Amino acid sequence: MSECVIPTLTSPEVVASKSVLPAGWKADLSNLKALDLTLPTTELLRRTTTRLPQDVIDAIVKGRDAEEEGSRAYNTLNDMVRNITLADGQVTPLCQDTGSIIVWVRHPFGLSQRAAKQQIRAAVAEATKRSWLRPNCVESLSGKNTGTNMDPFHEHHPAIHFEEWDKPEVEISVMQKGGGCENVGAQYRLPDASIGAGRDIKGVRKCIIDAVVKAQGQGCSPGILGVAIGGDRVTGYEKSKELILRKLGTKNPVPAMDTFEKEITNDLNTLGIGPMGYGGNTTVLGVMVEEMYRHPASFYVSISYMCWSSRRGTLTFKTNGELSFD
Amino acid sequence: MIRLTTPITEDQIRQLKVGDEVLLNGRVVLSRDMGHKFMKEQKPEWLKPILENMVIYHCGPVVKKNADGTWSFVAAGPTTSIREEPYQADVIETYKVRGVIGKGGMGKKTSEGLQKTGAVYLHATGGAGSLLAERVKRVVDVKMLEEFGSPEAFWIIEVEDFPLVVTMDSHGGSLHEIVAQQSQERAKALMA
Repeated sequence: MSECVIPTLTSPEVVASKSVLPAGWKADLSNLKALDLTLPTTELLRRTTTRLPQDVIDAIVKGRDAEEEGSRAYNTLNDMVRNITLADGQVTPLCQDTGSIIVWVRHPFGLSQRAAKQQIRAAVAEATKRSWLRPNCVESLSGKNTGTNMDPFHEHHPAIHFEEWDKPEVEISVMQKGGGCENVGAQYRLPDASIGAGRDIKGVRKCIIDAVVKAQGQGCSPGILGVAIGGDRVTGYEKSKELILRKLGTKNPVPAMDTFEKEITNDLNTLGIGPMGYGGNTTVLGVMVEEMYRHPASFYVSISYMCWSSRRGTLTFKTNGELSFD
Repeated sequence: MIRLTTPITEDQIRQLKVGDEVLLNGRVVLSRDMGHKFMKEQKPEWLKPILENMVIYHCGPVVKKNADGTWSFVAAGPTTSIREEPYQADVIETYKVRGVIGKGGMGKKTSEGLQKTGAVYLHATGGAGSLLAERVKRVVDVKMLEEFGSPEAFWIIEVEDFPLVVTMDSHGGSLHEIVAQQSQERAKALMA
């Protein structure tokens, strides 16, 4: 299984032909009260669970081509590419762990968040019924699976974040975050004597290296890291996840952070952990860093690790009624 | 490339070394967190004939129930194995399991269990859910589906040319230990 695989995704026309939305479906943003997010969100989930974003595919291919042909690292990345092509063609989940569903909704004044929550939950239930999502919501102590991907108290499964903004468009972003990579996320409280990390960018760098070495291949490397500097224990982790929505290869708007991201990415790729921890030069595909504000007494570094199968997508309801999926 | 078909003998297992690439055929039994806790704590007898000389797969599949009542696997890659570290060695010994498929590798206790009973750890590519489901030819049976839910149940499946790499053998070898040591050394240098 070592011949070089070229990722060939189905065309936008074919993707649209498989859509759960009827042809010509339009949103009426002038009447937000009547807007039903259910079908468009179901379609968004169908796409995120079966189609990897182009920037992630490009990064995996670039990683593969930098490995020695025929090496375990090369073959593993090649199998990932093969899986990407297959999942898209068959409309089957890229990974059996379809993750915890995290949703961000940005909307103008006038949209009912309560109604939107119900509609998004209905979309998640529908995608689960169609075997696009695995039922991943279990009662903590008994382990009992609700079977629907939803908690009965409407709290955190799926996790939905709302933000009202000034724009007229409605935007929904989805992330499917698997349990394996979630488990290797880490939060550091600086100063941390155990790794010699102080309250500065050098200390942050040590946290990132330490987290990636501890993760080894467990989080399905090559990973994508979201790193929040500051915040509190909740907002830091929250930000670190949101950062993973950023496209690979895009610039950090803060020049010093952009340089830092590039340097730490190069450093991490000298660790030799490689794809799935088999050894190799491709340990991470990218690192996204943001500095937040903090309480004077607290200095957290919160790191979220996303697996190579970084399933994310954004759906925009445009003012002309059209939908755009990105 | 080594072709293996379950049930597997101890002799076949002892010949495998870290780095060997394996194509697995035959029956495989899925089990993960709830199953391993259950096997260690309750040691159910009924699992013995199902597991003897067989291979356990750490996997919680996406499944689909067909119109005729049978099941299909839609996505079926490995889950992180290290969570079963407290249980695996006991499970291998109690049930005479010859192989464990997963991802990320396992620790010392499991390595000792592999050596003692004569078993190997086989690594599958994490996240390759669609690719690996294609190699699942049939769902033979499922146990404890009601009690555990679909991701945790004991699914008994038949696989064809399931692509794996031996990353922990029955002689104490572990690729995971080697990569961990080397990366820790490199990290020390980077952090100096």
